Amino acid sequence: MTENMINCTNMEKTFETSRGPVPVISDVTLQVQENEFLVLFGPGQCGKSTMINCMSGLEPVTGGSVEVNGKRVSAPGADRGVVYQKITLFPWLTVMGNVEYGPKVRGISKKERRERAQHYIDLVGLNGFEQSYPNQLSGGMQQRVGIARAYCNEPAVLFMDEPFGHLDAQTRYLMQEDLMKIWEKEKRTIVFVTNNIEEAIYLADRIVVMTNCPTHIKKEYRIRLPRPRDYVDPKFLQLREEISAVVDKAL
Amino acid sequence: MLNRFHRKAKGYEKIFCAAISIFLFLCIWQAVVSFTKVGLVLTGPVQTLSALFRSIVQPIGTHTIEGHILWSLSRVLVGFLLGSTVGIILGILMGWFRVVEAIFRPLYEIIRPIPPIAWIPLSILWFGLGEPSKYFLIFISAFCIVTTNAYAGVKAVDPELMGAARMLGANNRQVFSTVVLPSCVPHIFAGLQIAVGASWGCVVAAEMIRASEGVGWVIVKGQEGNSTVQILVGIVAIGIVGFVLAVIMRAVEARLCKWSVRGK
Repeated sequence: MTENMINCTNMEKTFETSRGPVPVISDVTLQVQENEFLVLFGPGQCGKSTMINCMSGLEPVTGGSVEVNGKRVSAPGADRGVVYQKITLFPWLTVMGNVEYGPKVRGISKKERRERAQHYIDLVGLNGFEQSYPNQLSGGMQQRVGIARAYCNEPAVLFMDEPFGHLDAQTRYLMQEDLMKIWEKEKRTIVFVTNNIEEAIYLADRIVVMTNCPTHIKKEYRIRLPRPRDYVDPKFLQLREEISAVVDKAL
Repeated sequence: MLNRFHRKAKGYEKIFCAAISIFLFLCIWQAVVSFTKVGLVLTGPVQTLSALFRSIVQPIGTHTIEGHILWSLSRVLVGFLLGSTVGIILGILMGWFRVVEAIFRPLYEIIRPIPPIAWIPLSILWFGLGEPSKYFLIFISAFCIVTTNAYAGVKAVDPELMGAARMLGANNRQVFSTVVLPSCVPHIFAGLQIAVGASWGCVVAAEMIRASEGVGWVIVKGQEGNSTVQILVGIVAIGIVGFVLAVIMRAVEARLCKWSVRGK
């Protein structure tokens, strides 16, 4: 039995707005094991991003608790890495500058952080683009930089908030495939948010289906299909149908 | 390669178009002066430009036109550098620290809408007729513009970028120096661009009130002596120098803001 990497216990999040309190997360209890690829799957605006923000420490929970690697989460910290839906690279830094940013602010020597950054730049397939600025790269390449940047900080857990949501369908398939390759080469605990059922089944060890706002866990699926998975495998399609039927239809 | 060639060709095209438009303007100016009664109150471009070139060697008053330009530029330089330095510092501090904002913002918001020229009488009273009163006016004009932009720049920093930096382990000081400062550079440069133009305009106004040299003085003396040629020489000189200043600023910006849209 491996240790739980993430422990969410009765997690609650309510936003105070001018029109009164709006509950977004209601009573979520969730464990993620080390090196597990967990997908949070649910309809449009169901509070999945808020879950990522609370689990990563960017926003405080209003009830219950979140523990990552045995430590209670209360503020942002380098032991948790985030890949965002929106491209949030530093536009004034080169690819190298972005990837080595984490180690740099944490005071790791230039030689060591360069080596490490180079390793992850190579891993995501951006060798040769070290000196490019983000605005010279395509959307898919920018998101690769985002993944390398998160990996390079060597966090215990990686959170990915619909990282491929803005990419075109073709690039998206490619990125899913590459993310799998990266993850299989360098296993990490990953919590991946998506509203795309295909993406969820392609990537996940386990899919947690979330309900609409306020969000809580509706059902869990352990995906045991061998990797790399095939989008048109009958078992894949059967799962797809089964999980789709469970999801709230939301506009 | 083809792309670069294309861009170069486009550059030439631009210069060519600019040359044509200026040439046409000069032709129309000349035609209006030569063939209508406007010629009585306006000198033509040939006369103006030859007077401008003549003034390079023949002094107007005590200085040649380069001398006057240098006088005005030196005033601009002192006032602009002081004003924009203080403006950048105050703007950034107001944007980042709530306390500084609470103390200085109300005062600053009252001073900001006052046109710099309105300070002329007071500046003479406070600083006398010499150089300091001119520095003060230019300081005010540059300071107000640069402060506004630096402040807006800090306020416009993408909160998600700050969040990303924090998640990667940056502390408050590091977020400030590695995210806030670089991301407000384009805003500050937009401010500096406007401030250079405004300072240059302000020095002319200051010199028209009281000075014994400078391009503003050239214009006022032209007015007193009923010399449209001299007025136009002053105006053209102001235009050319203002243009050169803007080009220099843009080149500096393009170097420093390679990463941003403005730098392109």
